[in-house]
Formats: sequence, structure tokens, C-alpha cells
Amino acid sequence: MSGFTRRVEHALADPVLKIAVELTAGTAEAKRATAVAAFPDFEAARARAAAIKDHVVANLGHYLQEFEANAQAAGATVHWARTAEEACETVVGICKRAGARSVARSKSMLGEEIGLPHALAQAGIERIETDLAEHIIQLSGERPSHIVWPAMHKTREQVSALFRARHHEPHLEETIAAMAESARRHLRSAMLEADVGISGANFLIADTGSVCTVTNEGNAELSIVPPRINIVTAGIEKVVPSLPHAIHMLRMLARSATGAALTQYTTFYTGPKRAGDRDGPEEMHIVLVDNGRTDMRESGLAEMLRCIRCGACMNHCVVFRQIGGHAYGGTYPGPMGAVLTPALDGLSANRDLVHACTMNGKCQEVCPVNIPLPTLLRGWREKSWREGLEPQAVRRALGLWAWGVRHPRLYRLGSALAVRAMRMAARAGWISRLPLAGGWTRHRDLPAPEGTTFIEQYARGRRR
Amino acid sequence: MPPSPRPSVALFVTCLVDAMRPRIGFAALAALEDAGCEVVVPAEQTCCGQPALNSGDAAAAAAIARQTIALLEPYEAVVVPSGSCAATIACHYPELLANDPAWLPRAQALASRTYEILTYLDQVCDWRPSAALDASVAYHDSCSGLRELGIKQQPRRLLSHVKGLRQVPLAGAETCCGFGGTFCVKYPSISNAIVEEKAAAIEASGADLLLSGDLGCLMNMAGKLHRRGASTRAFHTLEVLAGVADGPAIGEAP
Repeated sequence: MSGFTRRVEHALADPVLKIAVELTAGTAEAKRATAVAAFPDFEAARARAAAIKDHVVANLGHYLQEFEANAQAAGATVHWARTAEEACETVVGICKRAGARSVARSKSMLGEEIGLPHALAQAGIERIETDLAEHIIQLSGERPSHIVWPAMHKTREQVSALFRARHHEPHLEETIAAMAESARRHLRSAMLEADVGISGANFLIADTGSVCTVTNEGNAELSIVPPRINIVTAGIEKVVPSLPHAIHMLRMLARSATGAALTQYTTFYTGPKRAGDRDGPEEMHIVLVDNGRTDMRESGLAEMLRCIRCGACMNHCVVFRQIGGHAYGGTYPGPMGAVLTPALDGLSANRDLVHACTMNGKCQEVCPVNIPLPTLLRGWREKSWREGLEPQAVRRALGLWAWGVRHPRLYRLGSALAVRAMRMAARAGWISRLPLAGGWTRHRDLPAPEGTTFIEQYARGRRR
Repeated sequence: MPPSPRPSVALFVTCLVDAMRPRIGFAALAALEDAGCEVVVPAEQTCCGQPALNSGDAAAAAAIARQTIALLEPYEAVVVPSGSCAATIACHYPELLANDPAWLPRAQALASRTYEILTYLDQVCDWRPSAALDASVAYHDSCSGLRELGIKQQPRRLLSHVKGLRQVPLAGAETCCGFGGTFCVKYPSISNAIVEEKAAAIEASGADLLLSGDLGCLMNMAGKLHRRGASTRAFHTLEVLAGVADGPAIGEAP
């Protein structure tokens, strides 16, 4: 049993997980549908969003240089990292030079991707998560299970029990408000005392050198403004040419993620504190991370670099809705994760991910930048086949079948025999146990073939 | 003026209909002839190659595509009683042969003449069924047909002409049933969890019959409904439209 299969079985056996995932994803699905219906010509806006990203990805070097020059002119320091290790070394290096004992971190999927929480722990630096869900994840020692709602797999009751066990002054009432207040009491002073703030970026704006973050809790601001030093980590594909482009992408992002017109907090930062500013960090560092993105662009996955991390694909995925995010095993779950994880962590270890999809196309239908996720997954399957990563039994069975398909007479004979064999296994029209189809008949009955094949009957002259 | 010649169409029955439920193929013959078509059944037809395509064996899929193109290209139109197999020919053959200058134009030409049968009957033939059936039906939008070929209104419009038939809403009608070709065999427990929910929604609709346009999806849902002990019976939409839904439903002994 592969790691994926084991995680799937574990997830399917957990009734609480199913309820938790369905609550959040189901609500998001309904809210997105309402928001999209109210949007004037969403299809045209979606095409424009895809075109903006395609243009940026095709001219990535140009916009990154423009961003670097403008961010530096505003007083920020720009660092480049080719790999996850380089990115973590850069961040940890800045923290160490500053003599930082603690960092206030605002959730960013790139941080998860490069293993930043682990790198900080290795360096002995205390990490305070400012995002409520990420705080829950930190307390329970887990990884995010969704890119927008990292703790979506947990119910309110589970979070309540966790807070009671781990907070200094836990909540007295079983209400969301009381629980949030308990987290505030636990976190706020530590947040304000952190030496360094680490945040991500939803967009990098090339012509101003600004960083844009969106949150619903204002926690990015808490990681950026109070600490003396701010470090922004961002994937290189986050750059957009100008503010109007960022605004267009924001309209698509918020509606696709939560159905809201805009997030509670949408902030643009340009450089560190200037003379005369009342607050803001003294130093601002921006770490631009490649970590395989350039390779993706060159190897047929350029369309994946359109992704703005809204989570709509997973919210609408029948597979994700059954197994949740942890079963995927990588940083990014759901359909976008099934495409990204093999690029980041290798195909051979993630062969299951690219097959565990029914190819129903819903993910592409709801993607705000129209990423052809099923086509990209099929591309991974073809690569896996070419490189010999598919199991021998599958290769042999499919090879035999494909040979038969190309020999119509033998195919006719084979299907006529198979139909007769299946009819022998049937009782009153149904087959409830069939060798070689155990996966099917374990869970459902197989309707037996009616009789002889259509082509046989047609050849004998039946017409109606 | 001589009468306009009847369009000659090739019926590609699909391997599932051929082996498992030939009566869908005969319903297709009946409906197409009623719509004024001259129907040809190429005897050498096998499978469109979708299992190879979706398993990643592009070379085998392309070889099967070439064979199928050669078989079907003499005909004015090709009709298929399955959105998913029609989409394989109409959408994926040109992708598979994109780097083959000799075959790409042939793939594109066939793609432009290949139709899912309900789309062909509704939009090309402007056919209206004369069938009658006193039943309530829930319709499941199969994914490939819906998203790759835009099959949404065609079956509902055709069904609205069947006397006595009442279409009832199905919650999550556009949600995948978990069949997914070989997906249901490769990941049986995920597939089961998906179809379990689908079957519950079908039962909750209260419909007498479940209809859809793809036999694979129908077998998946019918098999789960039967295992659950539900009374909902399953038919291919075409069987109702051709007036042959008075026979055994999917899985019922003749």
C-alpha cells in the first residue's frame, strides 16, 4: 500500500474530517457561485486575468528586474534564491544577523513550500504564527490542509479542546468569539515583541516595487509593521506589471476563494520606514524564490504559473472533498497540488497524485485564471508512462488491451468471450463479485451484460 | 426537384454499449432513422482509446486514434451515444496527433464531423421525440459531455417533448459520480465515497428514473443504487427518447 493510499484510507475512515471539509468547502462553493453570478461578465474578466499572468510569465525576467530596481529605490533589499535551501538560508541569515530570538510570521504557502517553519526551528528561533488557523496548526503540530484555510480539517470542538490544553488563559465560553479572544491573549504580546516579521506576498508590483498582501485578520500587517525588520518571501511568479493589474487579480482572487468582493485587509507596502514615517520596519528584505518555477515554465507547466492560490479548484474537487488536504502529502493539496507537487518533490514519489483524479474538469471550470488542470495532469501521466514509472502490471494489461483494440477481429472475439464469462458470474442481472474487478464489486454491484454484443446482434440482422 | 438525400451517419456505439447494453445502440438506430438519417454501423469499430489516453500511454492512444480516424472518415457525420467517447474523438484526437503533419488535418476533419448523439439529434436534425412515458426523472450531467462538449440543454430540451415525463431537480447534477474511467478501479475507496453521495442525492430527488448520457457513469450510479437497495431505475437518456424505456432498466434481468 502506497503512502497516498494509506493516507486516503485514514482520511476516509474519519467521519469528523468529512464534516469539517464539507462545511468549509460547501460554504465556499455556494458563496463563489453567488459572487460569480453577480459579476458583470466574469468569463471576460477571467480571460483577462489569464492573459495578464501569461504575459508576465512569458516576460518574467523583465518584470522581476523592474520590480527589483523599484523595490531597491524604495529602500528595500532584494535577495534571490534558486532553491528552497537558499531561500531558508537567506531568511535565517537575516534573522541571525539581527540577533532575533523570535519572529512573527504571517501565513504564506511559499513559506510552507520551502520548509521555513522547520528551518527557523533548526536555527533555534521562536516562531509566532499570526494567522489564527496557522496558530491552530502550530499548536497541533500539523501541516496546513488547505491553502486558504490551513485548519479546515478541524472542527470548532477540536479547536476548543486544543486551546484549552495549550493556551495560558483559555476561553470560558464555547463561542467562536471567546476562542478568538483566547488566541489573542495568547499571541498578542509575543507578536508585538517579535524582532523580525516574516510575511508572504499575494502580488509584487513591478512599476512601484510594492508588495501586496491580503488577509481577513490583519495579521500580515501585524507581521510587517511592528517588528524592526520585515522579511517578505515570494515566488517569482507573483509579479504583475502595475497596480491596475494587481487590482484586477485581487477581484478574481477574493471571489474565487471565499465569494467576498474583497478581503478584510488588502495592503500595499513600498519599502521600509522612511524619515518622518510614524511606524514601519527599519529594514525590509524581499526574498524572491525560484524553487523550480523556471523549470516549470520550460517544461510544459507554464500555465500552472498563472495560479493565484485561491483554492477554488480544491473546494470544488470531488476527490479533495472526500479525502481532505493532508492525504495529498505535499505542501499544496487538491488539483493544483496534484500538478505542483510532482514538479516540486519529484514525479516518482507522487505518481499517485496525478492519477487520483476523475478528469471531470470542474477544477478548470472554476479556476479564475483558467488553468487546464486536467490537461496538465494528463501530461504528468504521459511523462510517468514514458519514464517507466507506471507499475508493470498496469503496463502489461493496458498493452494487451491496446493491441486487441487495434485488431478488430480479435477484439470482437475477446469482447464476445468476456460478455459470456460475465453473464456466467451474474445473478438476476447483477454481478456482486467479479474476479479482476474486486475494487468495483466491493462497493457496488456491476450490471451484467445484456446478452451478446451489439455488433454480433447487428451482424445477425437485428435493427431495432 | 429531387428529394434532398438523407444524411448518412456512422454510428460509433462505444465499447461499453457494444458489450454491456446493446439496446442503447438499437435505440440510437431507431432515433436516428426517425430523425431522417441513413445510419451505417462500421463493423470494424472497437474502442476510441480513452483508457490509453487517460493512463498516459500516448503512443497507444495515438495509434488507436489513427485507426479510428481511418475507419470513420468516409462518413458525412459520426454520432456517438456517449459524451466522453465523443469528446475523445472531437477534442483529444487533434491534441494527440498535433505533431503529426500527415494525420493532424484528418483528425481535425473528423473532429469537426463527430457529434454526441443527443446534440446531433437536437441541434443538427432538429428532431423531436414522439415517445411517451409516465415517470419522474432525474438527469445527471456527465462530466466530459458537459465540460468538453457543452451538453446541458440538449437532453433536457429533448426530454421536455416526451409526453407524461416530469423532470425533477437533482442536487449536484453537475457533480462527478466518481466513475472516471479507470479511476474507479485504481482508487476504489475514493470512488465509492463519491458515488455514495451521488446515490444519496439521487434517492433524495424522489425520481422514478435516473437518466444520463454515458453508460460508464450510469453503471457506476446504478450499481451503487442497487447495492443500497434503492428503487430508482437507471436508463440512458436515449432509451427514453427512442421510446424503449418500457424494457428492463440497467441491471434488471430481461
